[in-house]
Formats: sequence, C-alpha cells, structure tokens
Amino acid sequence: MSRLVVDVSNLRVMARTDDGDEVPIVKDVSFSVQAGEVLALIGESGSGKTTIALALLGYVRRGCRIAGGRISVGGKELVSADPRELLALRGRRVAYVAQSASASFNPARTIMDQVIEGACVHGLTDREAARKKAMALFRSLALPMPETIGMRYPHQVSGGQLQRLMAAMALMTDPEVVVFDEPTTALDVTTQIEVLRAFKQAIKERQISAVYVSHDLAVVAQMADRVVVLRNGEMQEQDEISRIIGQPENPYTRCLMQAAEARVRLTDADARQTMDSEPVLRVEGLTAGYGKPDASGVPALRILDDVNLVVRKGATMGVIGESGSGKSTLAYVIAGLLAPAKGKISFHGKPLGGTLQQRDKDLYRRIQLVFQNADTVLNPSNTIGDILARPLRVFARCQPRDVPRRVAELLDMVKLPAAMARRRPAELSGGQKQRINLARALAADPELIICDEVTSALDTVVGAAILDLLVELRRELNMSYVFISHDISTVRSICDEITVLLQGRKVDACLRSELSVQPRAPYTNLLIDSVPELRLGWLEEACRRIDERAR
Amino acid sequence: MKRLPYAPRALWRFFLSLPLSGRIGLVISLLWIFIALFGSMLAPYGMEDVSNASAFGPPSSAYWLGTDYLGRDLFTRILVGARYSIGLALAAALLASICGTLLALLATVIGHWFDEIVSRLVDALLITPSKIFALLMIAIYGSSLPVLILTAAVTYMPGAYRIAHAQAVGLNAMEYVMVARMRGESIWHIASREILPNMIHPMMADFGLRFVYIILMLSGLSFLGLGVQPPYADWGSLVRENLSGLFDGSPAVVMPALAIATLTIGTNLLIDSLTSRKRIKIKEGQS
Repeated sequence: MSRLVVDVSNLRVMARTDDGDEVPIVKDVSFSVQAGEVLALIGESGSGKTTIALALLGYVRRGCRIAGGRISVGGKELVSADPRELLALRGRRVAYVAQSASASFNPARTIMDQVIEGACVHGLTDREAARKKAMALFRSLALPMPETIGMRYPHQVSGGQLQRLMAAMALMTDPEVVVFDEPTTALDVTTQIEVLRAFKQAIKERQISAVYVSHDLAVVAQMADRVVVLRNGEMQEQDEISRIIGQPENPYTRCLMQAAEARVRLTDADARQTMDSEPVLRVEGLTAGYGKPDASGVPALRILDDVNLVVRKGATMGVIGESGSGKSTLAYVIAGLLAPAKGKISFHGKPLGGTLQQRDKDLYRRIQLVFQNADTVLNPSNTIGDILARPLRVFARCQPRDVPRRVAELLDMVKLPAAMARRRPAELSGGQKQRINLARALAADPELIICDEVTSALDTVVGAAILDLLVELRRELNMSYVFISHDISTVRSICDEITVLLQGRKVDACLRSELSVQPRAPYTNLLIDSVPELRLGWLEEACRRIDERAR
Repeated sequence: MKRLPYAPRALWRFFLSLPLSGRIGLVISLLWIFIALFGSMLAPYGMEDVSNASAFGPPSSAYWLGTDYLGRDLFTRILVGARYSIGLALAAALLASICGTLLALLATVIGHWFDEIVSRLVDALLITPSKIFALLMIAIYGSSLPVLILTAAVTYMPGAYRIAHAQAVGLNAMEYVMVARMRGESIWHIASREILPNMIHPMMADFGLRFVYIILMLSGLSFLGLGVQPPYADWGSLVRENLSGLFDGSPAVVMPALAIATLTIGTNLLIDSLTSRKRIKIKEGQS
C-alpha cells in the first residue's frame, strides 16, 4: 500500500583516524522511510547521526567511506551510483536543510536567487515559474511578506526566517525526501517554536517524507512519526514515537529521557535555608556597554540597562535571556572584565571596583567566572595538573608541597580520576573539560561562582551530570552562584531565584516556585511556553496558548 | 632489533612521519648542516691551495667539481663556503625570528599605545627597500660579519613580527588568557606561559622560510661584492668570482649556484610538509 522512499540496510561507514587506522563510525544501521512519513535520527554528539543523514545524499565527509550496506532513495541505489548520477539526484530527489542557515547562504546574492537556483540548475522550470513557486512556499512556511522577502539579502532577515528560507530552498524541486540536520539547534527557543510550527505545517500540507536529525527528544516528539535511537554509530532502538516516549525499552533511551526531563534538583529545605541568608552580591542600576561613552556617560552601544539583582549566601541566582539579551555582558561586569557605565556593584556590602585594576588579589579569588566553551578555556599546552595547580599557587591556597594532593582532591570533587592530572586538554571529552573548568574555579576557594552557559555546549546526559555536580557543591561548600543560561528548564532545575533579561533590561524576577504563578511578564510566559516538552501534541498546545496570550 | 638511543630514534620517527617531499627536504637540509659544521675537515685541499691544474679546469678524479678562476679546488671552496652561507643566515634568521616574536608578544600583552608605537615603527622598517638599506649599512659600517647578520636580521624582522603579532592577538583573545588575567597574573606570566607555547609551532615554520630568504639575500649581497670579503667566500661570492668562466663553459659558476638552489629547495620542501601536516591536525582537532 504505502511506498518506501528511503531504504537503508546494514549501512557501515568507516573513518580514517590521525594514525591512519580505519574505525567504524556507523555500524550496521538499517531503517526505512515510507512516503509521507517523518523519521527521526536521534543521538548525542558522535552517534553518527549526521554521517547517516549525509549518506542519504550519497555523500560522505573527507576521510570517510561507505564500507558496506545499501542505501536506496526512491528506488535508486546510491552506494554504487557514479558521481554524475549522484549530482542529478542531490537537490532534486533528496534535499538537505543544514543546521546553520546563516553559514549556508551566500551573503553576496539575494535570497530569491539562491532559493530558485537548484530548480533552475536541474532544468525543472524557468525562472519566472520558479519565482512563483518560491513565493507559494514562503507563504506556506509562514514567512512575512512572501512577495518581497526574496529580494533581500541573507543578513537582512532573522535567523529563524533564514532557516525557513532554507527549507523553502530544499522544497523547491519537490524532493522525494528532505533531510533536516538539526535545523533548530542554533536558534533561541522562542524562534525555534515558530520554525517548528512552520515546518510541521509544511510537512503536513505537502505530504513530505523527511529524515529529521536531532539530539533533542522533545523536539523530535513534535516532528517525527518514527524514531531511530543511535549511540556510537550503533542502532539502539527503532519504533513509533508514541511507543518510545511511552515505554522506552532500551536502557540508553531511558537514560536520554531522564536527562531531558526538567527535574528540579533543589529541595524545599535548600530553598528555605538560603531564603534569609545575607546577600553576597548586590547589583543596583547597572548600565554597561561597549564603545565611546557620550556626555552622560552612557556607552555608544548599550548592552545592559538599569539591571538590579541580589545573590544570597549559598543561593543560586538564575539569569535567563536569549542571544543578545546581555547576559554574558552581565557576567563580564561582575567579574571585572568590563567596567560598568553606571550603577553600583557591592560584594559583602563593600563596593566593588569596576575594572580588574581596581580590585585586589583577594577579590580575584573570591569571585570566579566559569566560561561556556570548555574548548577555549583550557590552555592546550598545559597539563590538567598544571592548570589546577596554578590558582592554588597564585592564591596561596595550600602549602607548596601539598599542591599535588589538593589537585587530586579537586579532581575527586568533580568526579574525575586523579590520574587525569597528567593529561592535556585535547585528550579529554567535552564534559570532562567542563568539569576541569569548574574545578579550576573551585581551586581558588571562591565565595561566588558565575556560570556562563556552562552546560550549553554539552550533550543532555553530560550536561545533567554537571548540574548535579553544581547542586552538590552548593550543599557541601555553601557556594553562591550566578547561573546564566538561555534554557529555562536548566535554570528552573537548580536556581532559587530567577531574573529574566530581554534586550539588556530586566523584565521579570521571581522565586523559582513563583515561576508559574500569574501574573508574570509576557516575555517570561513566552519563554516558558516555548520550551519543548517531551510529550506528543505539545507543539499544537503551546502554539495555541501563545496565540491566545498574544491576543 | 637493537634500540637506538633516544635522539636518533625520535629523528627516525620524525623522518617516517613525513611525506616523500618532506623526507627529501630533511635529508638535503641535514646534509648541508653537517657540511656547514664539518666542511673544512672533510675538504680534500686547503681553501687557498692553488692546484697544478689550470684555471676553470673540468671535473676530474682529483678535483671533483673542477677548479675555479685561480685554479683552486671548487669542491673544497663550496664545502668551506657552506659555513658562511648557512652560518650567517642561521644567525640572522634566529635573530629576526626571536626579536620579532618577543616584540610582538610584548606589544600584544601590553597593548594600547605600546602596541601602536611598536607596530608603526615596524611598519616603517617594512617599507624600507631592503637592498638600499643593506647598501647604506655596508657603506656606513663596512662589510663585516656582524654588520651582515644585523642587516639581514633587521630586514627580515618586520615579517616575523607581523606573523607573530597576528598569532599573539588571536591567542590573547582566548578565554584561558582571560582567566589568567582574572587571576591577576603578571604580563610576564601571560606572555611566557599562556601565549608563547601556543605560537611556537607556526613561528618555527616561519623561521624556516625566513632562513631561506636570508640565504638568498646574503648570496645576492655577496654577488654584488658587498657580502663576505676575500679571502673568505660564501656561495654568493663563489658565483661572482667565477662569473667569467661562464663564457668558457666552465661549471665553476654553476656549482655554487646549485648549492644555493638545493639548500633553499630542500628547506622549503621540509617546511611545506611540516606546515601541511600541521594544518591537517588542526582541522581534525576542530571538527
């Protein structure tokens, strides 16, 4: 009855390593997609999901090769196809929507030129007909001004719009299957929901068969009919989405679901304990930015505008905002990397100097900033032991002969073996590097740790472990945190109080428990409503709620 | 199998890790360095010994590469001349690279006005025509080994500075440097421990290229008669003094030129393979 559009059996892909050995990165993966069906490939980084997605276009990355198995798309066998056949197939019968639309569009040409290029190159239509078709696609992807948006250049539209325009480009040739490769991962949540909504609508309207690659189970639950769970290039489980969500069988799937759950890690006792403790950090009327200040002392590019917040001893203040909200700038100002233009910051009741020069060594020690990107934050030419020993020596945290023992203790605190001290950052995984990053801050015995998006670059399971660690350290060491994130579910899971930033202004602030108590600021509600939940039908429900609120 | 001591074993492994062009380059470079060190001991004759054979004699069993315009053994003169060609260039390239790297490091770490002043001064050097600068230097101070080394180093320092500066500015913006600043580390620590170790590799490759340029420059000066003065002779002077042999079809002028060519090509091959190997590694590290 229903037709198979994609059939992959026993696919094996090998990759060449630095030493010239070949290792399998995709092992015996088989799945199929029926006409009008959306199949999701889900897994963490290194699971081979993108490799499989690219193989559906008959393409493998440099250094990789398809070592075995069959891939057929619309009855056409890809593994044995010659380059010319593949060329005729790509962008016509199989289309690809990449993760970063802004990196995929040519900034020097108009959007319309690029959207219709594929159809024209394949000689399917003339330019005029292609233009009309593109406009129809823009309309069905809910893009604003579908008649004229094509005349703009890529930098003149927003990231979410660009992602939809890229989907339009993919759909121009009416492909038999569309490969979506993490299409919303780089977007803010409030933008993501718009894009997901447009994609879903288009998929339904046009009966598109698709392969949807993602690491986010909650997103997949909205988009896909069936799911393939991957880990280290091996298939773990494959079934209908409702069954996988309802009763996952595979232990790894269960682990993924647990990590995705918005689990609150703080108990009421934790909250009570910190409720009345003394304030550690107080920020009042803070205005900061970059560029030349004008006559009234306000910088040319104002990033933060009149922000207030108080962090109590042993408590965690969550700062949430989307890209461009000024949340990282806030971290820099507190850490002394950027001088505030106006406003006061006080630490334990004493005013805090705006620049590093105005602070002393003891303040450097007491306030520690943990950066987001663990790859650029550890010096690649030092060993882990050296990296952790340096703050111990600089801040004289222990006797010189005790340094190795203390390093081992720190490693133990972040749950890494002591033998790791001899390794270099390049030999560590992303999660391990982030732990070292945290351990270095702990080495200084700080009183306040500012965490700037510390889990954002990590896989869900690894990120969840870091969050557990933060909570544990808080209980053990009575540590205060400023926890900066774009993700309201992580903020909700470990913070006592929450501050919401929008374009550099504080639009809302509340205790964690009050987050769902109305009335809240409209933007807070939008943020909460936009976070995907791991259940079927969430997308429709959320869209309805957002529309109602907008009215 | 008998295990070699550490240094030769490391060298052998390094040799094996290179592509064919790199291996050829390495062998040529090592050979020339060996000759520069021990050339005068290996030489069959004295540098100044005039042979019984006639001037511009052809290669023979006694004079492997023939004789020069005074009838001296050319093979000997090339072996001994290697010391001047390679030694001078090595000293000048080291001076240029080290000065350039240190200045760039300081300029980046101190920043602000200091960076501006140093960079503009280096720019001023960069636009000075190198030949005219060399002529001036030699006209004022006369041609001696220190003047030659200094002239070449000053001419090639701005290039090294520019490359090191670009590297250092990039590294200075890395978050681990920011962490060090927030720890209140001294400028000295940031420059020597956080930035310098991560720019050593590209600067070594740059050093190799700079060495080749300086060889060519010094040979050029010698060819003009401004370089190493008789009775000593580097390869450039050998080309110059035997120029008249060109009309007699003598190989005496070609041989030193060939020595210059093999050294520069060999070094280039080696460096090219090193940088491309490096490039592959960096790419894989990022993905």
